[in-house]
Amino acid sequence: MATIRVQEAPFDVAAETAALSAGRVDVGGIASFLGLCRADDGLAALVLEHYPGMTERALAGIVAEAEGRWPLTGCTVIHRVGRILPGEPIVLVLAASRHRTAALEACAFLIDWLKTGAPFWKREEFADGQSRWVEARASDDAAAAKWG
Amino acid sequence: MEVLYFAWVRQKVGVGSERVSPPPAVTDIGGLMDWLSSRSAGHAEAFAHGKQIRAAVNQEFCTRDHPVRVGDEVAFFPPVTGG
Repeated sequence: MATIRVQEAPFDVAAETAALSAGRVDVGGIASFLGLCRADDGLAALVLEHYPGMTERALAGIVAEAEGRWPLTGCTVIHRVGRILPGEPIVLVLAASRHRTAALEACAFLIDWLKTGAPFWKREEFADGQSRWVEARASDDAAAAKWG
Repeated sequence: MEVLYFAWVRQKVGVGSERVSPPPAVTDIGGLMDWLSSRSAGHAEAFAHGKQIRAAVNQEFCTRDHPVRVGDEVAFFPPVTGG
């Protein structure tokens, strides 16, 4: 029931959202989080690296945790890897449920846990040719920890 | 034992993966990190930042005291920054 994908290609938010309620009438709401690449400090591109195999396992574990906490009718996690330009989407999280509270909470949980519990790494490339690895943020650890 | 490196750990070590045969005295992640440090200048530089390095055994996050065995897939990488 869950869709989990790691891919270089962009994704179609409308099509992914529609897929969660296609052919069924028990879905009362779909909450979404769409993460985009910001152009901070002259950023030219983000390069996303991941750990093939472990990434999919980690995402499946995070989705299973969400499904255990909230009564979801479906959910979708799609994370891009490779070179991503400012303005382009990086990650899509969708959580569908009969009622909004479960959908909204599960969506927030999924992106909070994904940020600290899935093996992705971002490298920033700048217009002047400089490059640096993004450092993990304590605020992301705190966001994940608040779910217990 | 297959050892994988990601992000700046991979860049400092110089390879993305390697097959190694540590001596029997190497029984856990911490011991493996110490032993790998001696393999090259690049390894030494990467593991000099040991406190910033996270590990996984057989694709599960683990701590320094996690055992390592022949046939394990072990990975070293910085704290994750996806999303």
